[in-house]
Amino acid sequence: MSEQPLRSHVGPYFGEFGGRFVPESLIAALDQLEATYNFAKNDPEFALELAELHRTYTGRPSIITEVPKFASHAGDVRVFLKREDLNHTGSHKINNVIGQALLTKRMGKTRVIAETGAGQHGVATATAAALFGLECVVYMGKVDTERQALNVARMRLLGAEVVPVTTGTATLKDAINEALRDWVANVDNTHYLLGTVAGPHPFPTMVRDFHSVIGNEARQQMLDEFGFLPDVVAACIGGGSNAIGIFHAFLDDESVRLLGFEAAGDGIDTPRHAATLNKGRPGVLHGARSYMLQNEDGQTQDSHSISAGLDYPGVGPEHSWLKDLGRAEYRGITDDEAMQALRLLSRTEGIIPAIETAHALAGVLKLGKELPTGSSILVNLSGRGDKDMETAARYFDLIDSKG
Amino acid sequence: MPNSSSLTARRLKANRDAGKGSLVGYFPAGYPSVQGAIDAAITMCQNGVDVLEVGVPYSDPVMDGPVIQEATQAALDAGFRLKDVFATVKAITEAVDTPVLVMTYWNPVLQYGVERFAADLAAAGGAGLITPDLIPDEAGQWLEASEKHNLDRVFLATPTSSDERLQRASELSRGFVYSVSTMGITGAREEVDQLARGVVAGVRRVSPEQNTCVGIGISTANQVTEVNDYSDGAIVGSAFVRAYQNGGLDALKQKVQELSANLNKH
Repeated sequence: MSEQPLRSHVGPYFGEFGGRFVPESLIAALDQLEATYNFAKNDPEFALELAELHRTYTGRPSIITEVPKFASHAGDVRVFLKREDLNHTGSHKINNVIGQALLTKRMGKTRVIAETGAGQHGVATATAAALFGLECVVYMGKVDTERQALNVARMRLLGAEVVPVTTGTATLKDAINEALRDWVANVDNTHYLLGTVAGPHPFPTMVRDFHSVIGNEARQQMLDEFGFLPDVVAACIGGGSNAIGIFHAFLDDESVRLLGFEAAGDGIDTPRHAATLNKGRPGVLHGARSYMLQNEDGQTQDSHSISAGLDYPGVGPEHSWLKDLGRAEYRGITDDEAMQALRLLSRTEGIIPAIETAHALAGVLKLGKELPTGSSILVNLSGRGDKDMETAARYFDLIDSKG
Repeated sequence: MPNSSSLTARRLKANRDAGKGSLVGYFPAGYPSVQGAIDAAITMCQNGVDVLEVGVPYSDPVMDGPVIQEATQAALDAGFRLKDVFATVKAITEAVDTPVLVMTYWNPVLQYGVERFAADLAAAGGAGLITPDLIPDEAGQWLEASEKHNLDRVFLATPTSSDERLQRASELSRGFVYSVSTMGITGAREEVDQLARGVVAGVRRVSPEQNTCVGIGISTANQVTEVNDYSDGAIVGSAFVRAYQNGGLDALKQKVQELSANLNKH
């Protein structure tokens, strides 16, 4: 590994990954965003404003909950949850959204657009737009508007326009394409409030920084409340924002293993999965060079996951770099493994996680059995499962059929 | 700006010296089939297109509007493979002497291998590449491969590009600079932005010897004429694809003739 602390790396490149593979039309906007962010990052007033919003609006710091009854199903280990599900709007997504909304105001822009898969980022963006008085348009694959109908209603209630995207595979990747097309056309008054650590520079660095509060808090909470660092930090990974958010504070703690669990759908060796880091290879998608699912010709391949938020054939460039460095490990979790873990946490601890998050929990159930007795695992509980009740009800046959 | 050996640059210059404007026409490879696209492209070259752009169908075309998206998706659904683009270019360049540029998003080239793509394109008789999502900053490998194989490289200049970036795009482009007329994606528009004049003036200011053609939003003969008043050529895509969708080769031929009819007056 390099001499430079891993935590100090910033874009545009993480090793051979990252960059800016976008039309020239967007470069001026990316330059403006980068300059605004770099200034804000060193501006104490910005830090204060962000911290105050997190304290009085987001609900930070989020707590840590130890879950011994759940852990008893994972071998002889202790499991701690970083409760991002308790944030306002129900997931980690708000951390980044509040930060970028403040930057939008600083740039004098009046309109934000966003892509969303599960709807969590769309809801968070619509929420911030309502709070800051910004016009808001959210692009969402038509398939996802159907499987996450409740979140569509939430966004509309908050005053956002939700545009169902029917092109391509009508999922998250196509929602990003449509948002990029909107941005190219409206870049003078519009900020693209990208929801993950993918995309062209400066998004992967900036979005990571806004989410690094998760790991910074959790690392200190572990030391303060339990007196040790966890042996493993685990998170689910689609684009990778919640994973990098909790990993980042631990990157230079050599004793801490970092594990990301991606969606293996029907199985990692079937054609239906979203296991980008396990089954993809480097390429360019949505503005950055990173691992991606693609065919021999470089055409992006369809991904599949029961969780809309992980159903993405790309991943943030910093994760690709961490994988190749060997600093983080990435494994696949099937739809069924995730759903079983979702039910287990609900029943053992009274916490209903999002299906996305359940991939990390399923990963912990398997990993725990490999670890030495007494090992500790910190999991990013990135979102709550309310939005997934329809899927869960169908999966577990929870609603009485009409007779 | 090594334009002296560029077939595309020579064609634009020859037209200009003869007092004519130029029409650059786009058609996607593989649409509606590999042979169908070859026939369409040859028809375009035989009826007034001075420089041809062959588009590579791609799964995530962020610069393209609905007309071209629909056509390229249909090409992919019909089984288009990347290697088909070389056969397409070869068939066109064997039939007509029009310079043929390939317009492609970057990932297909990256996966094929930049050097290998350049070699195979040159062997097929292609003139070079237009790269909508490859900015000069990320183009190291392509600069090297295009030099080696004597290929054109067309970078984009836009209304929001700084002078510094315009200069970089102009210096590194070979053949011409693609001046983006408007802030938006491909597709017909009622009026081509005044912004286009600004972009062209910017390119001329930083790089007086470079050619620049204007694209995005151009669909009428008047627009083609107007754009040629202040640039080296008008780029038309969606209007040709739409004409073909509506009436096949005959309608395409008619559209090319219509849009090129007034170019002699320049």
